[in-house]
Amino acid sequence: MSSSSNNHDHHEENFIQKYIFSVDHKVIGIQYGITSLLFLLFGFSLMAIMRWQLAYPGTEIPIVGFIFGESGVLASEQYNSLGAMHGTIMIFLGIVPLAVGAFGNYLVPLQIGAIDMAFPKLNAASYWTYFVGGVIMISSFFMPEGAARSGWTSYPPLSVFENGQTIWLISMIFLITSSLLGSMNIIVTIVQLRAPGLTWMRLPIFTWAQFVTSFLLVLAFPPLEAAAVMQLMDRVAGTSFFLPSGLVMSGEIVDVAGSGSPLLWQHLFWFLAHPEVYVLILPALGIVGEILANNTRKPIWGFKSIIYSMVFLGFISFIVWAHHMFLTGMGQAMSAFFQTTTMIISIPSVVILTSYFLSLWGGSIRFNTPMLFALAFLPMFGIGGLTGLPLGLAASDIYLHDTYYVIGHFHYVVAPGTIFALFAGIYYWFPKMTGKKMSEMLGKLHFWPSLIFMNGIFMPMFIQGLAGVSRRLADGGQSYAHASGVLEWNEFMSISAFCLGLAQIPFIVNIIMSLYSGQKASRNPWDSTTVEWAAPSPPVGHGNFDGPINVYHTAYEYSVPDDKKDFKPQFEN
Amino acid sequence: MEIPYSIEEREDTGLINSKLGIWIFLASEVMLFGGLFSAYIFLRIAAPPGDFEYWASKLSVPMATVNTMVLISSSVSMVMAWASLKLKDFSKYKMYMGITLLCSALFMVIKYFEYTSKFSHDIFPSTSNFMAIYFTLTGLHGLHILGGVIVMLYFYLPISHKLWEEQPEHFTNRIEALGLYWHFVDLVWIFLFPVLYLL
Repeated sequence: MSSSSNNHDHHEENFIQKYIFSVDHKVIGIQYGITSLLFLLFGFSLMAIMRWQLAYPGTEIPIVGFIFGESGVLASEQYNSLGAMHGTIMIFLGIVPLAVGAFGNYLVPLQIGAIDMAFPKLNAASYWTYFVGGVIMISSFFMPEGAARSGWTSYPPLSVFENGQTIWLISMIFLITSSLLGSMNIIVTIVQLRAPGLTWMRLPIFTWAQFVTSFLLVLAFPPLEAAAVMQLMDRVAGTSFFLPSGLVMSGEIVDVAGSGSPLLWQHLFWFLAHPEVYVLILPALGIVGEILANNTRKPIWGFKSIIYSMVFLGFISFIVWAHHMFLTGMGQAMSAFFQTTTMIISIPSVVILTSYFLSLWGGSIRFNTPMLFALAFLPMFGIGGLTGLPLGLAASDIYLHDTYYVIGHFHYVVAPGTIFALFAGIYYWFPKMTGKKMSEMLGKLHFWPSLIFMNGIFMPMFIQGLAGVSRRLADGGQSYAHASGVLEWNEFMSISAFCLGLAQIPFIVNIIMSLYSGQKASRNPWDSTTVEWAAPSPPVGHGNFDGPINVYHTAYEYSVPDDKKDFKPQFEN
Repeated sequence: MEIPYSIEEREDTGLINSKLGIWIFLASEVMLFGGLFSAYIFLRIAAPPGDFEYWASKLSVPMATVNTMVLISSSVSMVMAWASLKLKDFSKYKMYMGITLLCSALFMVIKYFEYTSKFSHDIFPSTSNFMAIYFTLTGLHGLHILGGVIVMLYFYLPISHKLWEEQPEHFTNRIEALGLYWHFVDLVWIFLFPVLYLL
């Protein structure tokens, strides 16, 4: 046993124990990362097929057309399936597992100076539950009924009768369970396993963001689990939780007990799905905060305000859900309440974003790849956030509801917002995870086209949406006279989407090439202050650090006056 | 490599990992049942007047009362089991854990008779919205009981003696976490009983 110096307290593990059924948080984090990146690519491909249909409706899909039958043309039901699965996969199988499962798992123990998560076995269980849920979700494409086609929101009554929904619900129950196990673990880890001296206000922004995010997941997901169980009962046991009396389908009254409420599903669904929006954005804000402080070589501006804003955001995100439901006829008093809370929740978001912008002031900025993505995140998230205000006001939402404007709005938050932050995080922490640096040249070749084409896809959506083009139309609005003036944008957006796909090639090449022939990275290649950089790159097997960790400073002591170096690591006295 | 604070408490938080973990898990459970209870309220408001009361009158209050007693007894014996471990008396622990297991089995048997008597009168989840939420809530609660029983069996079977011999402190902590879960499942029933049977 030649390598026994690092893991002397347990026997040599074989390949399966070490890389497949591992309980090491680093391996699980990488498993989460690889799986979710593949799901992101898959979700993107679904969207690319849809975009072809929108740009050239009724023509044969190139390359993959044979999947959709003899003619190679996408049928409307298939378009609906792709739409529902694109949303589901991107959110529940792509971004959340990448932001919380991969980044949270890998970095939280390192940032707090811990040897592992509090419950390593639970951690592995969380990944494998996620994996099974993902396999079930993908398998629905090959079922006789096909994949779910009621949108990622699965509104009843449609979803109770439409094909493929049962598999979707079963898969969701797995994914929800996985999120619960994972986020419980993160909370306990942060509370219990912080290194000596690492007080709450010394915790880095990223760890704080993961902490708040985990609370959102723990408290917001179970009501959706309850709702999923109820919808499953509606489909399997013939109950009518979500089916009103006298529901007519195909000219006949549906034979159920009735007096259920479709609105109930929407309430339970959005009670999860609105906090979910903050689950998507908070880890991204955390990653960007780390990278901004590091590359401006300045303490982050308004650290405490940012932390308080994140916690406040977490609380308020539980009482804004019904702003997705202004048009359901739930009543004006409800609308008034929820539009007020929605306006209130924009305040902490603006506080955080403003603090980040002010952090740039007077910094000597290093424009490396992670920083470029982090910098691009700021205006992109800003556009996404500000375009949300008209949607949060009940009056203007009447016009904009369910148009492409909504699609543009939330994609700006999640795609050039969160995904850019996640890219930034991958470039930033790749040296820590692998011991190799990524290529800067390929990184910039990835960044610039991505930025241009992201905007090429989503900016025209605002134009189309303001003109009144509805979302979820299989022909992109060809059959609507009022849409005719803005439909020429469809081709532009689709070509941008295909180019965005091509722009990811340098990224994939970069990861693989850097793994094999990348420049060797030192312990602290970015001259950073937080604790994860005290560990070797990559961190040693079980235990992460090669000695006990003590924390002496706040998280971002850059450019301290009269100091020899321009950074003062937390772990050095 | 041992994870710190699995057995001894962390000084500044005063907690061991598993205790904090189980409390956070229970918080998520509160939200799960909270979602279903809100659904109950929502559906009751939407139902035709008298509908929920009519179907609730089909339920057997005596059976549910007995079940309530059974579950409360099981909670008491669960506390006694944990207390016996604190007093380092393993044989007493076995006795009290046995009583808890018996009580939970009794609960499930009574529940079985309740369910089958409904089915024999042609009352199914699809019959009415009250019955739908009744079967969903009690079914999910039953699954929680079942989950608890599986864990209790693990700590009751002969292997438990080995676990106790090896790490008595750790074993006691595990029973405490199990107990917290069990009291929660009990508490859910304490809410279910008046809401479904009496209101």
